[in-house]
Amino acid sequence: MSMKKEKPQGRILVQLFPSLANLASRGLAGWAILIGAAIVAVMAVMTVVAPWISPYNPIAINVGPILSPPSAEFPLGTNHLGQDMLSRVYSGGAIMFQVAVLSVIVCLVVGVPIGLFASYLGGYTDKVASLVMDSIYAFPGLVLAIAIAAMLGPGVVNMALSIAVVYVPSYFRIIRSQVLTIKELPYVEAASMMGAKSRTTLFRYILPNVIPSIVAVATINFADAVLTSAGLTFVGLGLPVSTPDWGWDLTYGRRLLPSGAWWVIAFPGLMVVLLALGFTMMGEGLSELFNPRLQK
Amino acid sequence: MDNLLTATNLRKYFPVEKGFLDRLLTSQKSFVHAVDDVSFSVNRGDILGLVGESGSGKSTTGRLCLKLIEPTSGSIMFEGVDLAKLHGEELRRFRKNMQLIFQDAMASLSPRIKVGDAIKHALSFQGVGTASEQTERTRAILERVGLKPWSNFYDRYPHQLSGGQRQRVVIARALVLDPKFVVADEPIAMVDVSVRAQILELMLELKKEFDLTYLFITHDLAMANYVCHSIAIMYLGKIVETGSKEDVFSRPLHPYTLALLSSIPVPDPKAKLERIIPKGEIPSPINPPMGCRFHPRCPYAESICSEREPQLEEIKPHHYAACFFPRHS
Amino acid sequence: MALLDIESLVVEYHTLRASVKAVDRVSLAMEKGHTLGLVGESGCGKSTLGLSTVRLVPPPGKIASGHIVLGETDIINCSDEEIRKVRGKRVGYIFQDPMTSLNPVKRIGAHFVEMIHTHEPEVSDQDALKRGKDVLERLGILPERIDDFPHQFSGGMRQRVMIGLALALGPDLLIADEPTTSLDVIVEAQIIELLKELKESLKLTLILITHNIGIVAETADRVAVMYAGRLAELGQTDDLFEKPMHPYTQALLKSVPNITKKGQVLSWIPGAPPDLAEPPPGCLYHPRCPHAFDRCKKEEPLLIKHNGSQVACHLYDKR
Repeated sequence: MSMKKEKPQGRILVQLFPSLANLASRGLAGWAILIGAAIVAVMAVMTVVAPWISPYNPIAINVGPILSPPSAEFPLGTNHLGQDMLSRVYSGGAIMFQVAVLSVIVCLVVGVPIGLFASYLGGYTDKVASLVMDSIYAFPGLVLAIAIAAMLGPGVVNMALSIAVVYVPSYFRIIRSQVLTIKELPYVEAASMMGAKSRTTLFRYILPNVIPSIVAVATINFADAVLTSAGLTFVGLGLPVSTPDWGWDLTYGRRLLPSGAWWVIAFPGLMVVLLALGFTMMGEGLSELFNPRLQK
Repeated sequence: MDNLLTATNLRKYFPVEKGFLDRLLTSQKSFVHAVDDVSFSVNRGDILGLVGESGSGKSTTGRLCLKLIEPTSGSIMFEGVDLAKLHGEELRRFRKNMQLIFQDAMASLSPRIKVGDAIKHALSFQGVGTASEQTERTRAILERVGLKPWSNFYDRYPHQLSGGQRQRVVIARALVLDPKFVVADEPIAMVDVSVRAQILELMLELKKEFDLTYLFITHDLAMANYVCHSIAIMYLGKIVETGSKEDVFSRPLHPYTLALLSSIPVPDPKAKLERIIPKGEIPSPINPPMGCRFHPRCPYAESICSEREPQLEEIKPHHYAACFFPRHS
Repeated sequence: MALLDIESLVVEYHTLRASVKAVDRVSLAMEKGHTLGLVGESGCGKSTLGLSTVRLVPPPGKIASGHIVLGETDIINCSDEEIRKVRGKRVGYIFQDPMTSLNPVKRIGAHFVEMIHTHEPEVSDQDALKRGKDVLERLGILPERIDDFPHQFSGGMRQRVMIGLALALGPDLLIADEPTTSLDVIVEAQIIELLKELKESLKLTLILITHNIGIVAETADRVAVMYAGRLAELGQTDDLFEKPMHPYTQALLKSVPNITKKGQVLSWIPGAPPDLAEPPPGCLYHPRCPHAFDRCKKEEPLLIKHNGSQVACHLYDKR
């Protein structure tokens, strides 16, 4: 006789979504999440509909005069190749989103199970995992990402992987500290009292209570991934030149700045900052909401 | 007398965590002597009160009886089965015979699981009945503990209930598996004063209905007096006196019991209180005093008390005390 | 002349859901040298009342209306500087949890010095330490321990240190909020004996805030019972225990076990305290009261004098 296994994860999402309606009433944290989510959503939509709303092909060169400042025809100006900055801004986020999403997925798939099992099982497993993770964590993030990206070569997947490697230890640490705390709580003892198998205790009692902090880390991860991928492109690792990308615009924009062409770096830069800000606000708001016990 | 559970020479020592330098410089290990050679038995149908202050080892003893922690030495026999021999799957299945009612109801319920489901888990983990049978039983037990109608409570989360309601959920969860033996660890300490008696009455009714045996762990002597049949007084990891409630509370033998009884606040301004309050506080269980553990604070201590440790002896019929100079009234 | 006079005090907590009256029009007066036991269960407002007397109600709580007069000082309206002079010097406060009320990285001596310097900056460090040592000795702690850190003290000792700090500046009024709740039975008895003894020798005026009726019975001259932010009953200790008037007091006393009474049958109060965000009309206790009648559901009972005590219950209001 088999029993249907309920997915705690599904339940959690259901729990999270109805509470979106209440977010505005949850004070500053709620607003932070709503505003952050709104920013991210708007930018995501903008990236998706870019092909339809862009006045020019973002990679087409010489659609306009070289390095012309913002004007009626080219609201955000043009760069040194005569490309329309507005169109490039619309579609420049695509790569970043892909890289960010992919790196978060990799982190979740790799970091969460390692974190869960190592801290739950304790002992040798925990010591080894912690050692490895701490070693990775000890490297400055961007440097490590650059090193790995340089080894792997260009491409969206490789960029995502290099960011993921840098970030997995953060997930590991947060999950580990949560699991270690929760393991000692009475409700986990209660699960043993009822005769729960270890696996059941881990997935139905510990994991659901760890998920809120995972969500918070993931959103900060997104923010970091956005900035890191901009950084990687900035140093020349990551993407073929032809793809429109804010990171590339930042690189060239920097070189063009001394000649007075501020618009090439400014608008993509603003976009990167806004996107990172949106994710960060969501992440901070979520941490704030989930971590202190909700006071009624 | 039908012995349901017998503890023999139980010991539990917890190693003390040392700082890094201490570990380098000294090789000596120190231990918290939480439970130090404790023996007792609980008869079927009895309510045994394990009474003591902090550091007495009463909570640890309770958890040893349930095999939530392993003893350093000693044994527990439950209905003739040696708990030390139970492992893995066999132990898991055995758990339905004995359950725990927690002190902190809020902390003992996962904040992300509905209370109805939390109770149902007990049944599903043990594979009792079909899913719908499990739901039926859960609904029935919710109503039995006074959470009527079940539909008002099944889908609630712990933080949506009051303290008393949460405690009932914890009781329901402990009893849904129809155990024989229930350890209640300070079950009413965190419940409002005016509602405590209601929870106690519920526990007593359920005892009759489910034919239970209770081990009631508490520091509240007045409550222990109200509910328990037999009492064991613990101090610094040892049982210092044991007997029926009447014997221990009305004709106490051990000076510590006397001290406890005279320290309880009495809600009657006209009561004449004869206070024998010992000086000082409970010493650390890492280095308990030599000889009788209570001797540094005992108003009746003599030289032998610091040299030799008194054993539990039957001073009067069925009334035991570990003292060289028990106080006969 | 009353040392402390509280009149119609209202303290509100403003949350997003609703405004809640944690203390609702409570009036009481403390005579010098008397001990008042302020009793009630969790959420009744007794701690909030205590904190109001030194204007330490934490936000989102706020004193909404009423008067609190300590001697000549208007506690609610006086300046920040004046209230700081009151705290510690004229009112000593013992907070509930001695573990978290002391700074773990400061020695006990430093706590005393800081305390004394706040009010008497001209006192030298040495003199301040000497005073601290005297206080510790008075309370049964070896004076050398003034150099120890809080974690080196056991629970009961720490509570004595707290009492010592509260008394260091010789305040007129001592307020103790659940001073023994986190302590073991025997240590609790020690602390209560200590408080009784200090009461006698220092002629202290003491407000003892607690949910433990037992310790109030043996230390207080008068008892005030609070329910859902309001005063239910206020009277001499002997009278209140022997002939409790308010149904809540009666029920509360019947629910507390008395180990000296053989064959006691404990009862309880059905239901739960009201949700102060949506309080019931009329008397806040009426949903749980076995004697409730029509008037109770409509009209809020005011505190009236009856047989030498005060009670807020329509049963005694023959108008």
